[in-house]
Amino acid sequence: MVRVLKLELRGITKRFGSLLANDHIDVVVEPGQIHCLLGENGAGKSTLMNVLYGLYEPTEGEILIDDKPVSFRGPGDAMAAGIGMVHQHFMLVPVFTVAENVALGAESTKAGGFLNLDDTRRKIKEISDRYGFDVDPDALVEDLPVGVQQRVEIIKALVRDARVLILDEPTAVLTPQDTDELLDIMRQLKSSGTSIVFISHKLREVKAVSDTITVIRRGKVVGTATPEASTNELASLMVGRAVSLTLDKAPAKPQEKTFQVSDLTVVSPTGQHVVDGISFDIARGEILAVAGVQGNGQTELTEAILGLQDRVHGSILLDGEELVGRSVKDVLNSGVGFVPEDRSVDGLIGTFSIAENLILDRYDQPPFAKGISMSPAKVLENARTRIDEFDVRTPSGLLAAGTLSGGNQQKVVMARELSRPLRLFIASQPTRGVDVGSIEFLHKRIVAERDHGTPVLIVSTELDEVMELADRIAVLYKGKLVGIVPAGTGRDVLGLMMAGIAPEDAAPAGSAEKTRPGPDTPETPRTSTASAEGGDHV
Amino acid sequence: MSTTATSPLPGNKGPGSPRPDTGSGVAKSAKPVTWKTPVLLALLGVVAFVFFGLMGPNQTAEFGISTDSDFFQLPAVEVPAFLGGIVLSVILLGLAAYAVFLKTKDQAAPAWLPITFTVLFVAAFLIWVVGGARTPSISLAGLIAGSVTLAVPLVFGSLSGVLCERVGVVNIAIEGQLLGGAFTAAMVATMTRSPLLGLLAAAVAGAVVSMVLAVFSIKYLVNQIIVGVVLNVLVSGLTGFLFSTVMQANKAQFNSPPGLDNIEIPVLSGIPIIGPILFKQTLVGYLMYVAVIVVWLGLFKTKWGLRVRAVGEHPQAADTMGIKVNATRFWNVTLGGAIAGIGGSFFTLVAIDSFTKEISGGRGFIALAALIFGRWSPIGAFFAALLFGFADNLQSIVTIIGTPVPSQFMAMLPYLVTVFAVAGLVGRSRPPAASGIPYVKG
Repeated sequence: MVRVLKLELRGITKRFGSLLANDHIDVVVEPGQIHCLLGENGAGKSTLMNVLYGLYEPTEGEILIDDKPVSFRGPGDAMAAGIGMVHQHFMLVPVFTVAENVALGAESTKAGGFLNLDDTRRKIKEISDRYGFDVDPDALVEDLPVGVQQRVEIIKALVRDARVLILDEPTAVLTPQDTDELLDIMRQLKSSGTSIVFISHKLREVKAVSDTITVIRRGKVVGTATPEASTNELASLMVGRAVSLTLDKAPAKPQEKTFQVSDLTVVSPTGQHVVDGISFDIARGEILAVAGVQGNGQTELTEAILGLQDRVHGSILLDGEELVGRSVKDVLNSGVGFVPEDRSVDGLIGTFSIAENLILDRYDQPPFAKGISMSPAKVLENARTRIDEFDVRTPSGLLAAGTLSGGNQQKVVMARELSRPLRLFIASQPTRGVDVGSIEFLHKRIVAERDHGTPVLIVSTELDEVMELADRIAVLYKGKLVGIVPAGTGRDVLGLMMAGIAPEDAAPAGSAEKTRPGPDTPETPRTSTASAEGGDHV
Repeated sequence: MSTTATSPLPGNKGPGSPRPDTGSGVAKSAKPVTWKTPVLLALLGVVAFVFFGLMGPNQTAEFGISTDSDFFQLPAVEVPAFLGGIVLSVILLGLAAYAVFLKTKDQAAPAWLPITFTVLFVAAFLIWVVGGARTPSISLAGLIAGSVTLAVPLVFGSLSGVLCERVGVVNIAIEGQLLGGAFTAAMVATMTRSPLLGLLAAAVAGAVVSMVLAVFSIKYLVNQIIVGVVLNVLVSGLTGFLFSTVMQANKAQFNSPPGLDNIEIPVLSGIPIIGPILFKQTLVGYLMYVAVIVVWLGLFKTKWGLRVRAVGEHPQAADTMGIKVNATRFWNVTLGGAIAGIGGSFFTLVAIDSFTKEISGGRGFIALAALIFGRWSPIGAFFAALLFGFADNLQSIVTIIGTPVPSQFMAMLPYLVTVFAVAGLVGRSRPPAASGIPYVKG
């Protein structure tokens, strides 16, 4: 039996220059509990945990273990004190085997410093059997699916006798099924005496496993809650004002189908068919959302439409015009709005001003261009209008776009793309890394564009977002279209489809009701798969 | 070396962060088979057939296998050059055709194919060159033994590169480390009259050059390539200056080092061909074999090696496991420099009996190529260095026996081999993921 341990953070403050990431945070993790830190992206949860794990030194405050103050000068000290951490970006060496990764830093050796991996293999087997992990110690980590890699991370912590396990946004990379399994593992760990600090911004999961919830906003603890609290209460606490989690969205009124993709195949530079024979169409006034685990061809699909991919076969018709083989500029000018999945890389130029970023696609057209010169007055005027219209929180349009928060950056990208007449609107991960308040706003703009009569294609790995926005849902798996199902299809069915199972096999008999849950849907019991929770994408 | 966090960002995303692409993502398929290898082999096959075959000389080429000191003698091999050229080049064309055939069935050529092809091509080339020479006879034993000798500094240099890159620091300064080692060995050995002290001093000199690289690239985050290049120029200038002001002024006192003696292991050194290579070397030569094996064992079989490789692949992962990333890097780079320094002593304690300007003559860069050709493995780098040593030695021997090929063309041989080896014959190799990327905590 693992010895349980009480962990306390008292008045932790962490400053990075002028930025106050953690402001006198107090958290007590009782032994054998699952304690959730709930907060938006950038609220300071990860910083706090990095302090706890010895990666950062706190500016002020202290850490107490079993009521005794400790100080960690590095992760080694934290591990020795019984704290283990599973990072959001896994800390695994891809070219090492599972055993090598687990051994790293705590190697068993034979005489002369030679590695004794048999010892490590035995420990992995032991833990793997105890929790039903099914992990092969000799598999190369890079060949393992993400869910298994995460288990390797958990094993790494357990091998080092972790009695408090920190899980930093562990479900961000998982399919719904993997997520459910992880939640089960967390419960198992808890029952065997390991305390867990669970960092998340997903209310459904938080409510499902937590014993105690601490809500953090802008580096401060703003409240604690029990899992019985309603999603709306939690969300309001997290954001700091009342938020509506359910999108008011009138039923779609699809008109003629103006966008058709048929038999589209994209071949990657290494010769793989990353998009494999996909056909679908979108009507004016309709949102088609593409669901799938990251890396199943979504990126390549959107890039193919925009003309960013080289080896594209098949046809993409917009109002009868073929888009395949045309230049990006040509495609944009023919009325395609595109919000790329990574705004900081493809959506914005961080060092350019907001005003300049707002005309990146039209800098050479009137009224911004006159012959070979540009009109700064017009550019600035345009910026003012867009900033007002899209509620971009900035003192001036002349500031560098990189200084804005994630949500405001995304508003700038969205404002640019939606500010000209469109015949097709594509948004990839429209709200990734965006605060809840902005999510609400961005979703409304997307729906407004639909109601304006534009066919809309949304790609998102957040199932909640897909379920919220979609009028129809397409699921991609390994570059193939698993199926297109109506909005209101259950989370469990979509989850199975995301693992490649055809919709007719995925739908359990009798649950074929396709009605969309209304905003009044009562809170579901914490154990059920929340197919009825349409709203809590946060 | 404690680096305090200065940025609110959640750390530089480790280069090895698991790709979000999952097992449930795009299926991993084998690397696509390209036309590169079959086409290259076919072209070389045609070249061999036309030049070494059809236009082959009519003499008989003689290859000596034994030397007089061997304890038993093997007869020399005599090959009619024209016939030999035709036969070998036809086999080469056959191999190329087989590679083409495999490609049409979408299969990659097995590993033995390019290797066999290379060996036979070299054989055909040798027969052609020797058969066309004024004295159509060379000693194969001498050719190979000479190749190993010329490869010694390359091997040490590339081991230095392996140690640095495996821990995540690109070492362009191998040339400077070799040169620094050569200079210091000459100076110290002359002044102390002890080649052993010279050897030791060379290691220290190499380590010092490396420490400069380490401090600037690890602590001050200066671009590693730039520091490396600057170091090469700096060492070249410094040794050149000291050579002309100090060494040349008083050669007897500063630049006439006693050399390291050949240590012959009785009986074993008498085995034809491999005897002289393995059992009739100087201390530096024996150290080379030891270093290759020790570095390989160390990197891949020990706790130290596991940590070193983790730091070079995914420093953040190593950090979170309590490994001191920058300290590991610093000491590894220093060790690499010491090894390169020992390689540098070869120039002044074994090959030539005094130091001259630029005595390393760009071999540090060839060592860099050997490291890449050898795919960042000590053993791979060793064989790659041998190949370059062979090309180097071949050109000098062939020039001596008087071939019809202009000597300038022959002198290009080692570099041509380098380019072809690195660009063509190796598949795409994967360097350590964090090589060249400084690690900043937080």
